[in-house]
Amino acid sequence: MKIFVCIKQVPDTETKIKISPDQTGIDTAGIKWVMNPYDEYAVEEANKLRDANPGSQVWVLSAGPKARVVESLRTALAMGADEAIVINGEGLDNFSTAKALAEVIKAEGGMKIIFTGKLAIDDNASSVSQMMAEFLNVPHTTVVSKFAFNGENVTVERDVEGGAKEVVQMMTPAVVGANKGLNMPRYASLPGIMKAKKKVIKEIEFSSLNIPATDIKVKYSGMTLPADKPAVKMLSGDSSAQAAELVKLLRDEAKVL
Amino acid sequence: MGKVLVFAEQTNGKLKRSSIELLQAAAKSGNTVVAVTFGSHAGDVTAAIGHNGASEVHVVKDAALDSYNPESYTANVVAIVNKVQPSIILASASSTGKDLFPRVAARLNTGVASDCTQLTISGDNVTAVKPMYSGKAFATVNFENSPIKIVLMRANQLPVEAADTSKTASVVENPNAATDLKTLIKEIVKGASEKLDLTEANIIVSGGRGLKEAANFKMLNDLADVLGATVGATRAVVDAGWVGHGMQVGQTGKTVAPTLYIAVGISGAIQHLAGMGSSKVIVAINNDANAPIFQKATYGIVGDAFDIVPKLTEEFKKALHH
Repeated sequence: MKIFVCIKQVPDTETKIKISPDQTGIDTAGIKWVMNPYDEYAVEEANKLRDANPGSQVWVLSAGPKARVVESLRTALAMGADEAIVINGEGLDNFSTAKALAEVIKAEGGMKIIFTGKLAIDDNASSVSQMMAEFLNVPHTTVVSKFAFNGENVTVERDVEGGAKEVVQMMTPAVVGANKGLNMPRYASLPGIMKAKKKVIKEIEFSSLNIPATDIKVKYSGMTLPADKPAVKMLSGDSSAQAAELVKLLRDEAKVL
Repeated sequence: MGKVLVFAEQTNGKLKRSSIELLQAAAKSGNTVVAVTFGSHAGDVTAAIGHNGASEVHVVKDAALDSYNPESYTANVVAIVNKVQPSIILASASSTGKDLFPRVAARLNTGVASDCTQLTISGDNVTAVKPMYSGKAFATVNFENSPIKIVLMRANQLPVEAADTSKTASVVENPNAATDLKTLIKEIVKGASEKLDLTEANIIVSGGRGLKEAANFKMLNDLADVLGATVGATRAVVDAGWVGHGMQVGQTGKTVAPTLYIAVGISGAIQHLAGMGSSKVIVAINNDANAPIFQKATYGIVGDAFDIVPKLTEEFKKALHH
């Protein structure tokens, strides 16, 4: 069985964001890149599924500038993925990325289960897995915190609003968007890292996929940094005075009560 | 002017505030507003949908649509879009909206802007602004090659005015368009809380490690009850098993944007700030004057949460119930 995992490389949360001069993106100089945190759960679940089903393979895919995103693919290989594919392209949006991933998965053949993270923390959009499922004409479930496969169907638990959960069964092939809670991602082992370094990562040019330019549907502009926050107003006095003062400020100054 | 289609969500027959925000914003744009809503409760909200600005509402009253299924909802939304021919679709970035509309967009060969916090509609054109990199930047989303522009808005970002009960919407009934589903919703496990979800809550009271143990969340629940707030938590507290993951605010939890966020015993790790940084007013209560949360806060109290929170609860009681 072939298990695919789609991952994205994103700026580390702790990294400082600077806007590019044309304001369409960020200045990538000095950015520390990491695998999107939710994708780690996706890679881990794929590895677990592979381990429980002898003869299976985990294929990890990422679309973006090759020179950069291979780093996250190597991290996934070091975590235990078997093969990796990079789709080399720049300026892709969610639609064209989903299309490219779907095309490559179709061409690769043998898809059974495709894992992704539930969203990427850079744009917080939560859209590529659903779009990819549509392009592949397969079912999908996102925000998944429990996964089971019986050889034919998958049963997942999806976290929804107010702490509620839905138990969803899907026919395979199917796309599963991983949430925190699904598993505890393993650390890459030293032998894993050494092995990952030697792996050949398959390269596919986005331009070779015959995806029309009209499949770029959204572009960003006017990117700005948030306005400076006014300095915090610290309350003084004993706890009773502070409590009374706070309620007064929230009502009369901030007007949120 | 064209048509704006609003995906109206309801809970047990009550129209959600986030949907009211969208209906009113659409109505203000001068476009014709058409709404769509599903399930056996669909008929219960058509009046409210009309009062808030839609002139037409499409319903599919099939009980099979009572719970969200990506396949059946996609089929039904697309069928109604084909009938109505809107130039803009608005939905909230709720768990349903975020899951459904990317799939709808792919089927309609059009673009979707997700998780937006500002919306400007001018004729057939839409500009949306969304936070990027956990709120460390803001981007304007421009649609290209998109016959229909789909915008998913975070809750509590748009103003809500009183409904106009003199306005009504005509109701169009549609058959369930879904067939041959590969997805089956087997069971819905009810949430622990009857309160609004964190992503929709207007006021959030959140606790961190400073609360010392799980039992002390009761103090926050008491405060939340007085305020009509929802209780949130930090990752440390969730990982310690004090509360469920559904309550986590932050990078690997929920992104929230309430009007008021009260952070109790939260030091303010960058991953937590990522999830709550766009709250309008932030109150921080912490015994460490150097905690990073104070750099994000509007009002700060340095002190013992166990002393201050009960006093705050009493003060709010007095202020709100007189």
